[in-house]
Amino acid sequence: MSKTLTIAASSVLFLSTAAYAQDQCAAGKTLTDGKFTIATGNPAYYPWVIDDAPEKGEGFEAAVAFAVAEEMGFAADDVVWVRSSFDEAIQPGAKEFDVNMQQYSITPERDQVVDFSAPYYTAPMAVLVSPNATETAPTLEALKGLQWGAVGSTTAVPKLASIIQPDSDPLLYGDNADVNAAMSANQIDAALFDLPTALFLSAVMIEGSKVIGQFPADESDNPDQFGMLMEDGNPLKTCVDEALATLAENGKLAEIEAKWLQDTTGVPLIK
Amino acid sequence: MPKLELQGVIKRFGDRTVCDGINLTVDEGQMVCLIGASGSGKSTLLRCINLLEPIEDGAIFLDGEDISIPGLNPQSVRARIGIVFQSFNLFPHMTALENVMLAPRRVRGLFRAELQPEVEALFARFGLADRMHNYPDQLSGGQQQRVAIVRALAMQPEVMLFDEITSALDPQLVGEVLDVLLMLKKQGMTMVMATHEMGFAREAADKICFLDSGRIIEEGPPEAVFDHPSHQTTQAFLARALK
Amino acid sequence: MTRRERYEAHQRRRSLVIATISTVTVVAAIYFLVPLAPGWTKVQQSFFNGETLVKTFPKLLEAFRINVMIFAWSAPAIAVLGLLIALARDAKSPALFPLRIFGAAFTDVFRGVPVILTVYLIGFGIPGLGLPRPWNSPYIWGSLALILTYSAYVAEIFRSGIDSVHHSQRAAALSLGLSERQVMRDVVLPQAIRNVVPSQMNMLIALQKDVSLLSFIGPVEIFRQAGVFKSLLANFTPYVGAAIIFLIVTIPATRYADHLMARQMRERR
Ligand SMILES: Nc1ncnc2c1ncn2[C@@H]1O[C@H](COP(=O)(O)OP(=O)(O)OP(=O)(O)O)[C@@H](O)[C@H]1O
Ligand SMILES: [Mg+2]
Repeated sequence: MSKTLTIAASSVLFLSTAAYAQDQCAAGKTLTDGKFTIATGNPAYYPWVIDDAPEKGEGFEAAVAFAVAEEMGFAADDVVWVRSSFDEAIQPGAKEFDVNMQQYSITPERDQVVDFSAPYYTAPMAVLVSPNATETAPTLEALKGLQWGAVGSTTAVPKLASIIQPDSDPLLYGDNADVNAAMSANQIDAALFDLPTALFLSAVMIEGSKVIGQFPADESDNPDQFGMLMEDGNPLKTCVDEALATLAENGKLAEIEAKWLQDTTGVPLIK
Repeated sequence: MPKLELQGVIKRFGDRTVCDGINLTVDEGQMVCLIGASGSGKSTLLRCINLLEPIEDGAIFLDGEDISIPGLNPQSVRARIGIVFQSFNLFPHMTALENVMLAPRRVRGLFRAELQPEVEALFARFGLADRMHNYPDQLSGGQQQRVAIVRALAMQPEVMLFDEITSALDPQLVGEVLDVLLMLKKQGMTMVMATHEMGFAREAADKICFLDSGRIIEEGPPEAVFDHPSHQTTQAFLARALK
Repeated sequence: MTRRERYEAHQRRRSLVIATISTVTVVAAIYFLVPLAPGWTKVQQSFFNGETLVKTFPKLLEAFRINVMIFAWSAPAIAVLGLLIALARDAKSPALFPLRIFGAAFTDVFRGVPVILTVYLIGFGIPGLGLPRPWNSPYIWGSLALILTYSAYVAEIFRSGIDSVHHSQRAAALSLGLSERQVMRDVVLPQAIRNVVPSQMNMLIALQKDVSLLSFIGPVEIFRQAGVFKSLLANFTPYVGAAIIFLIVTIPATRYADHLMARQMRERR
């Protein structure tokens, strides 16, 4: 009886190792054996994912995703892309993805409910101003007097309150598109985004707007770091972290960042 | 010249003719009673006289003046002809006093203070002095109907129309309302009333008109109509009504 | 005590006992069974976190002041506009025909479009035409969106109220020589409005909740504030806190509306 069981068990073990010959940290830990399921936003935006087509590997997050997958031993064909809403993903419970990449800032509170990988990007906060306010000096003093806006679900909100402390209450919105609409309607002068988003919005979405400054990393006590989001207690975390560490060490991550996120030195520090 | 005169009045609802060529004269100070079976057109006729219903054909004269010309503003005519309904139709959101004062204030353009003595006198005359500040639902049926009469009288009408004003009342309350009518008659008010109170009609009316299917098929002094009805339908109706 | 009183007292005690036992059973079942569900601790942690509730409640309450403010200036405007629309739709004179058409189109459009869409269109759209500050404020245009939408519903309720006044009231008023306009103002409307107070109370309650839709165009009212906390703390308890605040306001209001409705039913009988 116990003998048959052992045989059965070892044959299952044998079969599964045989199927994935690679030296696999991730073996058996993914949602679907042999596949790496990655979620992104719906839609996913430039410059994180180009043309809302993550499977092409173009855009910062798409490129990182494929690099990590490769490092973990998955072929590009074994990467499965799914879509998820931002809120859905941070709710407790089972997930329909192995990892989720849509610029999730790593916060200790979120970390209680879900797991994050090691950060794959550290984004500085930057100030996007409307066409009417492009002459504003990049000083805290000048910024205080503006009418501020931000996306309500981002860490921009506590940062606004603690660092800029604007004179009038900021207006908050559901997503970037609404901040955009409010700026176009001249209802807000300035909005706080992470730098890549700010650059994208000024270049593509709001004609005449400008990124007038960024905050030095040391002044924002808790810089935004993007991590891959996973279900709480996902055993895959160690594998993902290992892969990211390797990519950071061998400079591949920096390379990807340089390629897909523009050189940001053009934006001055705010004093 | 009669106070009120109807010539060949025709009223239709759709293809149903409810008043079928009514001729009627009412002299100043006369009380005319309309009797007839249910559905014979009594209420409709009264509503036509008050211009609440436009008539199809014929004419209605008040003091010799045609008031039924299509397109004529009915407001001034209605102010001269009062009507009281079977179901009182007091305004439930106003006290008895407010019910009575509304029209004089709006139409005659008087202030409350100017009206007060006149209206209080009316209330007192109809035994309602202590009921002025009650709402309709705090009044008995007889009291409500008397307030409705006062309300119409406050416009100082020249003619009063009454549409079965005692039909919705308990028998013991009928008397108090009919007494009011006798009082008005004594004062010389010109009145047309639809009624099922045959006893009262016989005693008080100057003229009885019997309606059948929208026509006046018999009219005359009460004794003539009640005691010697010439028409068979009238005989049958009275036999039933007086039983 | 008469025999009947004794019997009724007995019946009352009996129903009281049964009601108590069944209530206790249901509450106990919820209290003991729900925590047995496998996901309970996680749900409790993220929806019913006492610590988070205490920490966020004061700011939620503060944000609720914005809801109250928007409500306070929208409600009277809705009442007035709703009434005007109702009257426009019932206008009889041919000169006012355009007004009738306008009233009908107005109610059709604003009842047919989801409120949030109206809030977006008017809240971002009209200021986008280039109004100067402060006239492009989302508070102004967002409130207008609510006012327009709710006026459409309120107008229909007023209309049903006007229809509910028996035509004999109109006849009686006309027979006294009042003009159509006077009849409407002095006789029909006062009764119509009184008849629809309970229904309009329900609209007010719905409005109180829909004020939160203005959060989509910027104002940080209670729903947005709860959302900020949710993102910050990765915890849904602030939403529960917001719900509690809403309930504190709406439950008494709902009870009151029901009370009015019940009283009206009694009066009609
Ligand atoms: N607005 C209306 N539309 C259509 N038909 C009507 C209308 N008003 C009255 N009628 C019809 O006209 C006829 C006469 O009605 P009317 O009320 O004048 O009768 P009546 O003699 O007053 O009866 P009763 O003694 O029951 O009060 C009835 O058949 C009635 O159904
Ligand atoms: Mg009748």
